[in-house]
Amino acid sequence: MADLDELRRLRRARDRMDREFAQPLDVASIARGALMSSAHFSRRFRDVYGETPYRYLMTRRIERAAAMLRTGDVTVTDACMAVAAASLGSFSSSFTQIMGETPSAYRAREHTELEGVPGCQAMVLSRPRMPVAASSRIGEAGAVAAS
Amino acid sequence: MSISISAVHVIVDDPEAAVGFYRDVLGMSVQNEVENGGYRWVTLAPASQPGIQLVLSHPKAGRSEVDGDAVAELLAKGELGSVNLRADDLDAVFDRAAAAEGVEIVQEPTQQFWGVRDIALRDPAGNLVRIEQAG
Repeated sequence: MADLDELRRLRRARDRMDREFAQPLDVASIARGALMSSAHFSRRFRDVYGETPYRYLMTRRIERAAAMLRTGDVTVTDACMAVAAASLGSFSSSFTQIMGETPSAYRAREHTELEGVPGCQAMVLSRPRMPVAASSRIGEAGAVAAS
Repeated sequence: MSISISAVHVIVDDPEAAVGFYRDVLGMSVQNEVENGGYRWVTLAPASQPGIQLVLSHPKAGRSEVDGDAVAELLAKGELGSVNLRADDLDAVFDRAAAAEGVEIVQEPTQQFWGVRDIALRDPAGNLVRIEQAG
């Protein structure tokens, strides 16, 4: 039986990233909140959720920025600032790495692929997911993000 | 032929805490409680939909040890399930939830780009509860 208390602390840490993505959060402070060292926290988080907390937070920020850019009335710089990215350069390279296109290209094109999808599903479906090397017990890489 | 929803199951590791949330914070009423094999099943329903019941049960109730453990782990890590609700006064619900013990706020009231205004919470067991403002 796994340590359920540890799993709950990891869950709260992940929720905190979902909730406070627009704050200048870093893995060290999230790990402290979960009562673990940074290294142990990162390792356990990856074991449990299939990606590192750093990657999770970055993906969350890019996903939120992408949602803003899809509306078309937010500039790339505004979206970058709104998700507390370190710099426009690092934001653009992370965005491109995760989404497969630059923020300005993403902002400029039509997003018909999400039309007709119920909203809360659109958020889930548009959340970028990287294939992970370590598969879970049931061979499914990472469950669907809840928020 | 007509079908309606009669019950939805939500797995909780602490029935007492869960009832505190679904009854005292969200205002549903307890309709039935069954005890069996050391586990409690609690049935609740909102006043506006008395025919749709929320059934709370324990991860290990009616399952093998191995499956019960697996379900308990998914619940603790927040990946088991979610409940979607609608409120006529979202802000009032949010204020009550924010003040309640054992309830974690995942998302403050937010106007989503797909048109709804909603909040997200964790019930005391770790299920995600998303509540939207009724139109």
